[in-house]
Amino acid sequence: MSEAVPIRTLLVANRGEIACRVIRTAREMGIRTVAVHSDPDAGALHVRAGDVAVALGGSTSGESYLDQAKILAAAERAGADAIHPGYGFLAENAAFAEACAAAGIVFVGPSPEAIRTMGLKDLAKARAREAGVPVLEDAEIAGDDRDEWLAAAEPVGYPLLVKATAGGGGRGMRLVTEAGELADAVEGARREAGGAFGNADVFLERYLQVPRHIEIQVFGDSHGNVVHLLERECSIQRRHQKVIEECPSPAVDPELRERMGETAVALARSLGYVGAGTVEYLLDDSGDFFFLEMNTRLQVEHPVTEEVTGLDLVRLQLLVAQGEPLPFEQADVVASGHAIEARLYAESPAGGFSPTFGTMWRYEHASVPRIRYEDGIDSGSEVTTFYDPLLAKVVAHAPGRVEAAGRLALALRGMRLHGPCTNRDFLAAVLDGADFLAGETRTDFVDAHPELVEPGSRTPLLFHLAAAVAVSAHRRRATAPVAGHAPPGWRLLPGSPGRRATWREGDGESLELEYRLAASRLTLALEGETHEVVLGELGADGARVRHDGIERRCEVAVGPDGSVWVNDSETQSVWRQQPRLPETDEAVVSGNPVASIPGTVVAVHVAVGDRVESGQTLVVLEAMKMEHGSVAAAAGVVEAIHVEVGQYVEAHAKLVTLSQDGSGE
Amino acid sequence: MAVLASTLRSSPDYEANRAAALDALEHVRELAEVVLAAGGQRSTTRHRERGKLLARERVDLLLDEDAPFLELSALGGAHDPSETPGVGVITGIGPVSGVECVVIANQPTVKGGTMNPTGVTKQLRALEIAAQNRLPVVSLVESGGADLPKQADIFVPAGRIFHDLTRLSAAGIPTVALVFGNATAGGAYVPGMSEYTVFVRNAARVFLGGPPLVKMAINEDVDEETLGGADMHARESGLADYLAADEHDAIRLGRQIVADLRWRKLGPGPSLAADEPLHDPEELLGCGPADLRRPVEARELLARVLDGSRLEEFKPLYGTTLVTGWGSICGFPVGVLANNGILFSAESRKGAHFIQLANARDTPLLFVQNITGFMVGSAYERGGIIKDGAKLINAVANSTVPHVTLMAGASYGAGNYGMSGKAYDPRFVFTWPSHRIAVMGGRELGGVMSIVRRGAAERSGTEYDEDADAAMRAEIEELIAAQSHAVYATGRVWDDGLIDPRDTRNVLGLALSAIHSAPVQGATHFAPFRM
Repeated sequence: MSEAVPIRTLLVANRGEIACRVIRTAREMGIRTVAVHSDPDAGALHVRAGDVAVALGGSTSGESYLDQAKILAAAERAGADAIHPGYGFLAENAAFAEACAAAGIVFVGPSPEAIRTMGLKDLAKARAREAGVPVLEDAEIAGDDRDEWLAAAEPVGYPLLVKATAGGGGRGMRLVTEAGELADAVEGARREAGGAFGNADVFLERYLQVPRHIEIQVFGDSHGNVVHLLERECSIQRRHQKVIEECPSPAVDPELRERMGETAVALARSLGYVGAGTVEYLLDDSGDFFFLEMNTRLQVEHPVTEEVTGLDLVRLQLLVAQGEPLPFEQADVVASGHAIEARLYAESPAGGFSPTFGTMWRYEHASVPRIRYEDGIDSGSEVTTFYDPLLAKVVAHAPGRVEAAGRLALALRGMRLHGPCTNRDFLAAVLDGADFLAGETRTDFVDAHPELVEPGSRTPLLFHLAAAVAVSAHRRRATAPVAGHAPPGWRLLPGSPGRRATWREGDGESLELEYRLAASRLTLALEGETHEVVLGELGADGARVRHDGIERRCEVAVGPDGSVWVNDSETQSVWRQQPRLPETDEAVVSGNPVASIPGTVVAVHVAVGDRVESGQTLVVLEAMKMEHGSVAAAAGVVEAIHVEVGQYVEAHAKLVTLSQDGSGE
Repeated sequence: MAVLASTLRSSPDYEANRAAALDALEHVRELAEVVLAAGGQRSTTRHRERGKLLARERVDLLLDEDAPFLELSALGGAHDPSETPGVGVITGIGPVSGVECVVIANQPTVKGGTMNPTGVTKQLRALEIAAQNRLPVVSLVESGGADLPKQADIFVPAGRIFHDLTRLSAAGIPTVALVFGNATAGGAYVPGMSEYTVFVRNAARVFLGGPPLVKMAINEDVDEETLGGADMHARESGLADYLAADEHDAIRLGRQIVADLRWRKLGPGPSLAADEPLHDPEELLGCGPADLRRPVEARELLARVLDGSRLEEFKPLYGTTLVTGWGSICGFPVGVLANNGILFSAESRKGAHFIQLANARDTPLLFVQNITGFMVGSAYERGGIIKDGAKLINAVANSTVPHVTLMAGASYGAGNYGMSGKAYDPRFVFTWPSHRIAVMGGRELGGVMSIVRRGAAERSGTEYDEDADAAMRAEIEELIAAQSHAVYATGRVWDDGLIDPRDTRNVLGLALSAIHSAPVQGATHFAPFRM
């Protein structure tokens, strides 16, 4: 039993949405907050959210958010009496938790011992087994005898996973479907684990083909109370990272929930666990579940638990960290409705979910009711490649699962995300998909649904193209310095052709189009077809676009680089108009080198057949005691040399003939 | 300010007027098709195959994106079966880099881009508009020289083009020439007299005499590129100020040159509310008389052209067949004089008074012509109708505020002069399809001639041939009808364009905007008014 020590100033040792999230609750509780940031994050949203901010310096995580000394120094400078680590970075670092204690600062999280125990996979599994938690068959791998490895694999059975003892996040992990693959997999996993964690130890574990990922939120206090706060299902993953999470799971009935909850609580209790933790399980279709790991921190997906239980987990973390008891008992935990969270990432689903980056110059929510946004950015934020590309979490809570999924998909589709590519369309397509709605969610979901990676547009592109063309024309007329009253592209002669323009959607093909815009009517000729579109309320920022009996309200915004972003309630597209008169390479008109002045050739620096670069000196003339170099205006190949050293040439005399690359001239 | 009401739709003539206008516009559309065909499929295809842009495409690219183009004399030559309507040169006003410019573009696909007599008239008119309204000129040059069989009607007047170009330049009005192809002999002086020249590499060919002439004259063998190519002119002769890589590059350079003019309009900008008229401009189709004997109420036209249909009438109770008053078009204040019947003494005095007021107020004037003439007859002669008409013509001729004249209906006799007809230097004249113009109506002219001849026959005692008289009257009536038609007028370049009545406000707005590139200054002196 420890004395309650109030937290008055909380340093949040994190960035992005989770820093904002923690700061929000802390401020609600009357706690002063300290944000910390790296150099690239100096203008980030979380920095502005805190009462004060401390610059850590550095760009990479190692130089900033992972640097324990810098974080502790910041806490001291800002007078923080507690540190909330969020998730990731230092959240599961036992040494850091110890350093906080040594500095007399409250670490908002479990004891260093609990962190350390659960951080090692083999130790964690052993503790779980001891606590009566079902675990997957496993076997140790030691030494370099391959036959021993095969023997060890025998009781585990195939398929199996080779896993790094110190691993996480899928690093140092290998799937082995038959005995012949084992040796290579062990060696590969050792190499990777050694590189990633400095610890090359690996072990074998039974592999469930297509399980679900179900986890139990647990909470303990320093008064010996441990409760669970229901399960979350996080089966929809890409690159071993969760992207959609929900509570409750469609695959968990009350009886199973109780069993999973009880075992999770038993494990936490055995650790003397204080604070928020998550026991992760794999659940197979027969209803058997197996311990995967325990995360000793607040999870990214905690909001779905909060929505369904009505609890604020950050508040509970802070209460418990202050030494207070949990203000409720297990029996008080009641589920209400269904919550789903989608993680909005700056990444390209079509490009293998690789991270994207750039300025998100416009970030706005959709006008969909009752959506919870956990934003990590706002309009103008810079998305860098230094950190995890999570931009925000979007959460819907509804009485039923289908309703929650539908509302969340609407919210995602309607967001204005003008900047780097995001996974928004992918997320919405998952949520709208029949398999998801039927609860058929297993860890192979993304692989089994490749069509969701490029789901195509729900809004026919013509609507957005029409909006982009019409609004652009309208803007040009509205800002024209003279004759702004005239209709766009007005011509006196009846039957005059329309205006021509070339537009391109995203990375798509260039579209050559001809258009006429008179009053509210747009005629668009495109790829041999003519489309009639009616525009209501055409203005500088959008129009109601009517075509083929359907009307869509299209919002149009122009980015700082001239890109035109169109949003309706279902889709976003970005358009770029090709310049009508592109700048020509200066060099093209400079032609072949000629004598700029009359003079004597003193040097010829090239020979026939030489490849020359733009700006390279070819011939040097001397006149009036000064040397004049004649340079290549463009890269090319020397075709002929018309002069020789010592020769006197007249002004304008041709010195060298260059063939321009590819032009054949 | 007073807002005009409308009873147009209840007029018994509305539907007939509208039907006649649509009918006439169909004819205009057919002519426009010929103009837009730019010499026809074969010629334009061949031109494109050479990697060249059509003249209209050049103009479109030169103008600001989505900007309007007020084409001038677009149906020039439509009166003459030996010419192609449009006559192979495009002239007009449009914004280039935000600056309203006069654009003159040769059409090399029309009869080889040769110059014909109406083409000369069109170009001179465009240059006159540039000079009067202080508009920079951009020439898009590619011409095959004079149409040789017609050289007698071209050579002497065409010299004025180069005269005008350099006079513009001297008056501080910039001139730019973009040369896309041949500009030979006289044509070479378009770039020659322009302040800025851009030549397209491997395409512009500018020389006084081509290779055959050089061979004839001095027995020199030389190819076109060496003789007058863009490279040579850019590097050696210095005739080309800028060398363009291709046509797009030339147009880009042209736009940059205009942007760098740092041009400032000297007239006041639009200063009044530019709200749309309250009454539907579509109904302007019913505001032009199908039958000149049944004129349309002038205020119905004004109610569909003036901003917010607002007209503050001056002397509404006096000289009622001439409507005068103050309003605005696209925000530009104007004084309006619109015929609402024939002119009497009172109307003439009222008009002269109003024109003097507009000059005192530096306000441009809009004349709306629908006039069969001044009243005739002994009572009116005794009443001094000539004296009063002279007052009106004095005021019109000596007025220095810009005039824009809209030919909405009839324009007969001295009425044409008193209402700022072409000869009175209006800055712009636009014509509706319902317009008819002549010294008098064909029937009246035939009748007058019949009376005169009959009198001569009686005096000489010879018998008057009634059959010959009927034939003569029919012939005159037919000739006058043909020569007083709106298409004939626009073909002769008596106006600056035949317009769709529904475009009237937009066209007048564009004209007024261009006009305000020059200062607007009223006259301080008129000729002595005959009192």
